[in-house]
Amino acid sequence: MPPCSTKCGKNAILKRPKTGDVLCKECFFEAFENEIHFTITRAKLFKPNSKVAIAASGGKDSTVLAYVLKLLNQKYDYKLDLTLLSIDEGITGYRDDSLETVKQNRDDYEMPLKIMSYKDLYGWTMDEIVAEIGRKNNCTFCGVFRRQALDRGAVLLKVDYLATGHNADDIAETVLMNILRGDLARLSRCSAIITDSGDGIPRVKPLKYTYEKEIVMYAYFRKLVYFSTECVFAPNAYRGHARVLLKDLEKIDPSVIMNIIQSGESLKINESANMPTLRKCNRCGFEQRIAQARDWQVK
Amino acid sequence: MSNIHITVEFGGGAELLFDNKKAHPVTLPAKEKHWIIKDLLTWIKDNLLKERPELFLQDESVRPGILVLINDTDWELMDTVNYVIQENDRILFISTLHGG
Repeated sequence: MPPCSTKCGKNAILKRPKTGDVLCKECFFEAFENEIHFTITRAKLFKPNSKVAIAASGGKDSTVLAYVLKLLNQKYDYKLDLTLLSIDEGITGYRDDSLETVKQNRDDYEMPLKIMSYKDLYGWTMDEIVAEIGRKNNCTFCGVFRRQALDRGAVLLKVDYLATGHNADDIAETVLMNILRGDLARLSRCSAIITDSGDGIPRVKPLKYTYEKEIVMYAYFRKLVYFSTECVFAPNAYRGHARVLLKDLEKIDPSVIMNIIQSGESLKINESANMPTLRKCNRCGFEQRIAQARDWQVK
Repeated sequence: MSNIHITVEFGGGAELLFDNKKAHPVTLPAKEKHWIIKDLLTWIKDNLLKERPELFLQDESVRPGILVLINDTDWELMDTVNYVIQENDRILFISTLHGG
C-alpha cells in the first residue's frame, strides 16, 4: 500500500480518478470537501443569509450533497438556511422506497423536508403515465414534470436557490447526449453551474466538478446511508448510451470527464451561421448540395 | 495450497444480481497457482451471479462503473485484477450505476 500523496504519513486507501493522487481517508475527505467549497466560492454560488432547497431523492448524489453542504455551511459559515425538497413521481418500488431514505436524511442531518408529488400536482403518477404511453420517452415526461415540481416546491418554500446533486459524470454524459442528438438548444445550457429557469429561483450544481466514483467512495467511508436502485423505466433511456461511452472512455483516461465538461462550457452556438442548402445544378438541373463549383471543369 | 476463505460483498445496487444478498462467505477451492481477482471474477460468474452477467462483468474485469475495495482499500492501489487473494480478505463491489 503506497503512502498518502500529501506525505501525512498514513497509508493511502484510494486513488482519485480526478487527479491520480493516492490519498488516505482523512486527506481524501479534506480534498473532496475543499474542492466543493472552492467550486462554491469561485462561482459565487450562494449569497450569505440565503435559504437553499436541496433537491433530495435519497440517492447517493443528493445525500452526499446534503451532508457536505451542511458540513461546509458550518465550517466556513456560509450562513445558509438549508432545507430538503423531494419529489414523489409515483414509481412503485423505486420512489416509495427512496423517500424513506430521504426521511432518514431529514432526521440524520436535522433539516426540514418538503415532499411534492406528481399525483397532487398533475393528477398522474409516473406509473399511470407509462401505462398510458408505453415504455418509450418516459424520462422525457418525467424530467419535464420533475423540473416543474422542483420549481413549484422552491417557490412554496420561498427559497433563494435550488441545489441539485448533478455530478461531473452526469454533466459530461449530458454534453455527449446533446452532441449525439444534435440538440443545440440544450447543449448551450447544460454545462452551466447556475441556471435560471426564468421565475427567479436559480438552480445550482455544487457537485458539478465532483466525480461520481469519488461521491460513492466518500459516502462509503463516511458511512452515509443512501438508496441505490435503478429506476424501472431507466433501461429504455437514451442517456444509457452516453453513460456506457463515458464509462469506457473514463477507463482509458479519467480526465476525459473534466475535458468534456470544459468542451461543453466552451462551445458557443453560432445562431447566425448559414446552413448548407440544396440547389439545382446549373448544367443538369439535379438538385443536391453543390461542391465549390468555381474550379471544376466538366469535360 | 489450501482452500481460501473470504467474504465477497456487494453494494450500491450490485446486490440485486446476487439474490439481493449483500454479504457472501466464500470458500475458494485449493489450486496450484494463487487465486487472483481475475480468477475470482470467473468463479463469481459461475457460482454466484444469478442473472445478467453483462451488468457485472466486461471483458476480463468488472463493468466500468463498478468500484472494487479490497479490505477497504481501492483495488487501483492493489494491482486490480492481478491482486493475489489472501485468507480472510474482504472484497467489496460497489455499483455506481444508478440515479443519485
